[in-house]
Amino acid sequence: MAAEPITGAEIIVKALIDQGVDVIFGYPGGAVLPLYDALFKQNKVRHILVRHEQAAVHAAEGYARSTGKVGVVLVTSGPGATNAVTGLTDALMDSIPLVCLTGQVPTHLIGNDAFQEADTTGITRPCTKHNYLVKSVEDLSRKVHEAFYVARSGRPGPVLLDLPKDVQQAKYEYVNHAGQRHRTYNPVQKPDRSQVEKAVELMATAKRPLFYIGGGCVNSGPLACKMLVDFVRLTGFPCTQTLMGLGAFPASDPLSLGMVGMHGMFESNHAMHDCDVMINIGARFDDRVTGRLNAFSPGSKKIHVDIDPSSINKSVRVDIPVVGDVGHVVEEMMRIWKARQIKTDQKALATWWDQINKWRGRNCLKYKPHDTIIKPQFALERLYAAIKDKDFYISTEVGQHQMWAAQFLKFEKPNRWMTSGGLGTMGYGLPAAYGVQVAHPESLVIDVAGEASILMNIQEMATLVQYRLPVKIFIMNNKWMGMVRQWQELLHGGRYSESYSDALPDFVKLAEAFGASGLRAEKPADLDGVIKEMIDIKGPVMVDVCVDEKENCFPMIPSGAPHNEMLLGPDDQSARPVSDEGMVLV
Amino acid sequence: MKDAMIERHTMSVVVDNEAGVLARVIGLFSGRGYNIESLTVAEVDADQHVSRITVVTSGTPMIIEQIKNQLQRLVPVHSVTDLTVEGPSLEREMALVKVASTGEKRVEALRIADIFRARVVDATIESFVFEMTGSTEKLNAFIGLMKPLGLADVSRTGIVAMKRGSEAN
Repeated sequence: MAAEPITGAEIIVKALIDQGVDVIFGYPGGAVLPLYDALFKQNKVRHILVRHEQAAVHAAEGYARSTGKVGVVLVTSGPGATNAVTGLTDALMDSIPLVCLTGQVPTHLIGNDAFQEADTTGITRPCTKHNYLVKSVEDLSRKVHEAFYVARSGRPGPVLLDLPKDVQQAKYEYVNHAGQRHRTYNPVQKPDRSQVEKAVELMATAKRPLFYIGGGCVNSGPLACKMLVDFVRLTGFPCTQTLMGLGAFPASDPLSLGMVGMHGMFESNHAMHDCDVMINIGARFDDRVTGRLNAFSPGSKKIHVDIDPSSINKSVRVDIPVVGDVGHVVEEMMRIWKARQIKTDQKALATWWDQINKWRGRNCLKYKPHDTIIKPQFALERLYAAIKDKDFYISTEVGQHQMWAAQFLKFEKPNRWMTSGGLGTMGYGLPAAYGVQVAHPESLVIDVAGEASILMNIQEMATLVQYRLPVKIFIMNNKWMGMVRQWQELLHGGRYSESYSDALPDFVKLAEAFGASGLRAEKPADLDGVIKEMIDIKGPVMVDVCVDEKENCFPMIPSGAPHNEMLLGPDDQSARPVSDEGMVLV
Repeated sequence: MKDAMIERHTMSVVVDNEAGVLARVIGLFSGRGYNIESLTVAEVDADQHVSRITVVTSGTPMIIEQIKNQLQRLVPVHSVTDLTVEGPSLEREMALVKVASTGEKRVEALRIADIFRARVVDATIESFVFEMTGSTEKLNAFIGLMKPLGLADVSRTGIVAMKRGSEAN
């Protein structure tokens, strides 16, 4: 029996509901009015009205990253779609599953330079995992369901559906296509057993092993992360995490070496450099991690577990590639390890741990405390002390504060840390934070921000206030674009070209103008009280933490340097000056 | 890395013939800085809406592997076959070659065309258009010989290729 024909807009909403969508982030406009009308007539899907389409995408990213579900965005044609491009690129780089619905001018006007027309599928082709221009209502349900399938399968990513207005208005019957097998796209989940066997055999012989785990573990889900933790503990090998992998392995575990990479821990980077077997699980040898490629971990055999075959051998040649989902691979590794009753070289491992503990002893996050000036590191230490026993989620903007947050806040669980890793998008943190808050209304959600980044999506304060989302914005205000200034200091002779923000707003008054609460901490002694007040206030709070203007983020691998030439602090003269090759890197 | 050998590979990519699929493939090459030496595309199964793209590319072995993997992960791609690696294959190209000349040159052009088994598909008093199919090298050789004989225009299809033997891809 054929179902009653309904409008395209209603088909889309039905498909969203069948996909389990409970919230979408969006902004209306002419080309999506039928969809907004369909949303108005139902109460299963909640709509959060953002103040800029870029923020809608970041909010959906925060929602997706903290729940493991697909985030959904709804924006209009033309400027709505072009404003979403930054967010889509961000989601693609960080492998975040999203479905972005964009309005489009009616099919007969496409190509006519119509009002608010843009070639959305053309513009977003390189910044989405896949996109569709749905030209006929008959295809609509299948394409919407397919978009969700593609977004969440294999290596997750953003998928865009461009929806001409006449297609939203045309009538057709709805068929639920969820769970239908895809004609061409069926990524590998389960690994090739023989590759896993080879990997385990190599691990068994390791004298200086190291797990290097990344965002793929988080994407594989909490269960996969738990299996990974069990497996790492079974081996007794040290484990370092990428920026995107923080939380996939508990920071407090003695086997954890903390973050690796440009501003990673001294012990992690040295271990990367000196290890003899590297077990990369769900990381992608990003240039922030590898540094200079020809000096990257020169003596190690490398195992690389990734669900995306194109990640393997992209920049670093590996010895044992394993294509598959982290959860499935680790399960198999664990099974083989136990079945073969693997005995590791305890003597060699003890020597390796001695060496690692020596590196740890350097205490690379050490900084000089100050009585009257708030050091940014100190601010984050106090923040962490206040929240560590709470159910918290952190997002960040991009820059020095982001790196300090990654260093000083400790994550015991996955999905708790939202940051723009690949694209490095200033303005990400605030919308991502409320995306998290929408999904976890009772939890403590904090956006650790810089004063420059927060201004890039400051209009989103209005969204917080409208939906009474009690996000806490912890601005580490040093009046500079800190990371830019740091590079100008270290690489460009201290010529601070355009990195100072004159005429910053009064953030306390700004918060109040939006109808939120504003707080300020000017001295180290203020911090604990202000943080407590921030947490105690029920609604959204913006905190202006006036930190040391001149502090730089250490430790640091200067660009173009190998991992074992880290700068430990402003007084560390051990590193060589940056090479010409290093100067051209970003 | 810099010393690694640059290799030339022919890949056969079977795709769903949907809007934008060619742009996706070309965008992948330009976006990631890969080379395209030749590219052909046409629908090969109208019922299934399947097209075959034959692309000739060059790069280090690591880049070639990347290209294959990157193509493979495009959603509308059914299969990617590196014909250069996977057993013996056939490569053919077609060209239309216009030669405008008179007298002895015109006779010589016709004589060489005969040797190369090129067909005359258009003729006027002062010109011929030859149609010729063969390997890229053979086409290059023929076009080279036509240059002093009044070569006026060339249009080439680019390479189409297929595995030898009974196996399909």
